[in-house]
Amino acid sequence: MIFLKLFYEFFKVGLFSVGGGLATIPFLEEMAQRTGWFSVGQLADMIAISESTPGPIGVNMATYVGFTTAGVLGSLVATLGLITPSVIVILIIIQILNRFRESGAVQSVFTGLRPASLALICAAGISLVKVSLLNLDLWKESGAILDLLNWKCILLAVAVYFLIKKFKGHPGIYLGASAVLGIVFKLGA
Amino acid sequence: MKEILELFWIFAKIGSMTFGGGYAMLPFLQRELIEKRGWVTDEEIADYYAIGQCTPGIIAVNTATFVGYKRKGIPGAIMATLGMVFPSLVIITIIAAFISNFSDLPVVRNAFAGVRACVCVLVLNAVIKLWKSSIKDKAGFILFALIFLAAVFTNVSTVILVVAAGIAGLIIGTVRKGKAK
Repeated sequence: MIFLKLFYEFFKVGLFSVGGGLATIPFLEEMAQRTGWFSVGQLADMIAISESTPGPIGVNMATYVGFTTAGVLGSLVATLGLITPSVIVILIIIQILNRFRESGAVQSVFTGLRPASLALICAAGISLVKVSLLNLDLWKESGAILDLLNWKCILLAVAVYFLIKKFKGHPGIYLGASAVLGIVFKLGA
Repeated sequence: MKEILELFWIFAKIGSMTFGGGYAMLPFLQRELIEKRGWVTDEEIADYYAIGQCTPGIIAVNTATFVGYKRKGIPGAIMATLGMVFPSLVIITIIAAFISNFSDLPVVRNAFAGVRACVCVLVLNAVIKLWKSSIKDKAGFILFALIFLAAVFTNVSTVILVVAAGIAGLIIGTVRKGKAK
């Protein structure tokens, strides 16, 4: 029964991958080799597509693998399998937190967790800057500092920064406009 | 019932604008949930992220579950989560069915390069907004700096970093209480 197997396999991925979508990749590599549902080469394509489409990367991956394996219903089952452990675990944590919310110890733990959480978001931001505003590969080859900076993208980022500061507005508007500018000025070339 | 449907719709909107990991979702959470609706506070979002980083599952899904539960209990948690994954299901299924070389298309590569540059700025702004509610004193700043350096320059797992930060918070809190007495 392919659907039950898909659900079970992605349930396991959801249960054991801690810390975001990219953490699912090692599990998917192992799944590719063990089940033969898709090849490791296909997986590379799936990662590229999951990263360049909206939605959490892990969810995109599950949808893609599910679809390749068993069509539309497969994509639904794989995604539900992936998110079920998250929902259950978080619901349990909420119950525990509600019971001990007033405790001074829990409050103290959270005063430590908040700076850590922010630090991890910043670290993720740094890796994003590395791939989107810098040309690390080009720089390694030539060694010239001018090659390190992806000027067009940096210019776009600076423009977006000041426009948001001045006009505010919904972040989605800036996202859409940046996509259009990316196409017009061939930023991915 | 109306609010449960609204939860689905809001998270579907957020899901359709999140390019990248859970951190890329932060600016949209702030906009839709904190600024527009006042459903959660900056502190709560920071807490959800911290818990999401050290528990199983996708951070974006964990956050949706938290917010949905806070508004409407278990049905809210489920609907918010389903809303979050809905755009992925539609978009990826269409791409998988019809466009085999999607990520190689020049138009996609170019648009995505623009989007990524924009996400850098959005995340930066989101971090600035979160800063005040997350880092309240010198101890908090030192903790932030240590975790940041460890996350960027070492391969220590985020789970260990989050747990260590929790323990540090507990120790700092206990020491302060001792001094106050």
